[in-house]
Amino acid sequence: MRLLPYLLVVPTVLGTAYLLVYPLIRNLVISFQKFGIAQLIRGGADFVGLDNYRQILSDGMFWSVVARTFVFTAINVALIMGLATAVALLIGALGKGLRLAVMGGLVVAWAIPVIAATTVFQWLFQSQLGVVNWVLVALGFERFEGYAWFANGTSTFAIIVVLIVWQSVPFAALTLYAAMTTVPRELHESAQIDGAGGVRTFTLITFPILRPMFGLILCLEIIWVFKCFVQIWAISQGGPGNATLTLPVYAYQVAQSLNRYDLGAAISMVTVLILAVVLLAYFRQMFKEEGEL
Amino acid sequence: MRPRIGRRISLNVLALIVVACSVFPVYWMVLTAFKPTKDIQAETPSFLPTNVTFTHFGTAVNADGFWLFWRNSALVAVTAVLLALVVACLAAYAVARMKWRGRKQFILMVFIAQMTPWEALLIPMYVIARDTDMLDKLTMLTLIYFMVTLPFTIVTLRGFLKAIPIELEEAAQVDGCNQFQAFRRIVFPLLAPGLLSTSLFGFITAWNEFAFANLLIIKNQDQRTLPVWLSSFSNTFGTDWGATMAAATLFMLPVLLIFLVLQGRVTSGVAAGAVKG
Repeated sequence: MRLLPYLLVVPTVLGTAYLLVYPLIRNLVISFQKFGIAQLIRGGADFVGLDNYRQILSDGMFWSVVARTFVFTAINVALIMGLATAVALLIGALGKGLRLAVMGGLVVAWAIPVIAATTVFQWLFQSQLGVVNWVLVALGFERFEGYAWFANGTSTFAIIVVLIVWQSVPFAALTLYAAMTTVPRELHESAQIDGAGGVRTFTLITFPILRPMFGLILCLEIIWVFKCFVQIWAISQGGPGNATLTLPVYAYQVAQSLNRYDLGAAISMVTVLILAVVLLAYFRQMFKEEGEL
Repeated sequence: MRPRIGRRISLNVLALIVVACSVFPVYWMVLTAFKPTKDIQAETPSFLPTNVTFTHFGTAVNADGFWLFWRNSALVAVTAVLLALVVACLAAYAVARMKWRGRKQFILMVFIAQMTPWEALLIPMYVIARDTDMLDKLTMLTLIYFMVTLPFTIVTLRGFLKAIPIELEEAAQVDGCNQFQAFRRIVFPLLAPGLLSTSLFGFITAWNEFAFANLLIIKNQDQRTLPVWLSSFSNTFGTDWGATMAAATLFMLPVLLIFLVLQGRVTSGVAAGAVKG
């Protein structure tokens, strides 16, 4: 009987070892090897020490991708957190009917699969028949007549931001709203009696009480946006002209199109390291919250 | 404290804007799927379903390989989720109901696994699949999806198990059940709703996965899954936007239905569960 719990977790441990720990170690090993198409086919790769890391770290391209990834993450996460907080507060201030309508709408946006959403956004912003250009022209912006959104770096970047924000706000907003309902009403009422307006009530009462929750959601959103791959790959593959090339996409591209699996692995390791820092913050916050395992 | 009428109206207008922004892209997708081609290409788009046609759905369903990819997607997702459910059930029981050395470390491992940036493991997975002759095989995808959904499944099942009073099991054991029988007769029926909603979420994850499916299935196109097929719609449908939107709608349907079934849990329980791990 003493052995039973260990027997029960063996399948999980084995699965994790083979499908998670081993790939991660393998990635680390490849990043220290010379590993191209020949090694992939024939096997047998030589160790080259830190050469791959030297090569990427001395490459101006890599640093511009890192900078872009940070900017991309900052813009997305700022928009997501700002909008989600606003929407959560709005839900709290609405009457029952509209509250259900807003929550229902958010769930619909949340439920649509990423690839389907990506396809729809390509259709919305289509140059000739897209509804966005039609609306803009109808509003008097003549220059959007047949405007090719996906041919321009900045506008492609903007569309991907809108897509990611649109898909991410529902989760953050609904979670924040659920957390806000746990703040005792008496606190709000007494603040209002003391003459605090909506903004001050939020900054003095709601936000301090929910700070851990805001911290957790912030960490989650940073992680999700930072490692975001599918939307970018499906819409622009990092283009046009590298305008949407972020670290995960860059690693994939280097491995796929140049067959430099070693460099791709090294870029992936850098991504994992950056994410690990955010993750540590997330776990510290979470265990403070939970208190027990 | 009655808010002023003006404030009430502006709040309601804001709410309607939020609803419109959330729903419009999805509405536009479904609307386009039902529009005749001449309406799609019209100078002025119509925002309401005036002429409804099913031809685009016909085009999508009859497209080369559609049913095959549908079957692949469903097969991979269902197998991965069932596997994860069985493995997670065992682990969750050990964690929630037993005391043993290493339990805390195990939970920590699961939490960390849940936050794995899978996108960063694409390259080693590709190399491993090549080494073990698993490229172009749905088995490899199934294993990966099993691992992607497993940590989340363990964490949520542990939560559901903790909510079931242990006294129920103890009482059953006093009445002469052994631990396994107590689990099967008392705990399992109470756990069933939790198992269902957890597995549906796992299903969504596997159903939507694109990166690994796109990377590991190269030569044998018959093994592709729906997301990969949908992402290459321009090869399939060219500029036939009606058919593309119909395909996207069909791809979305199972997920939307699951969200509607789970709506109560989606907006409360799982949201909190997803944040709290």
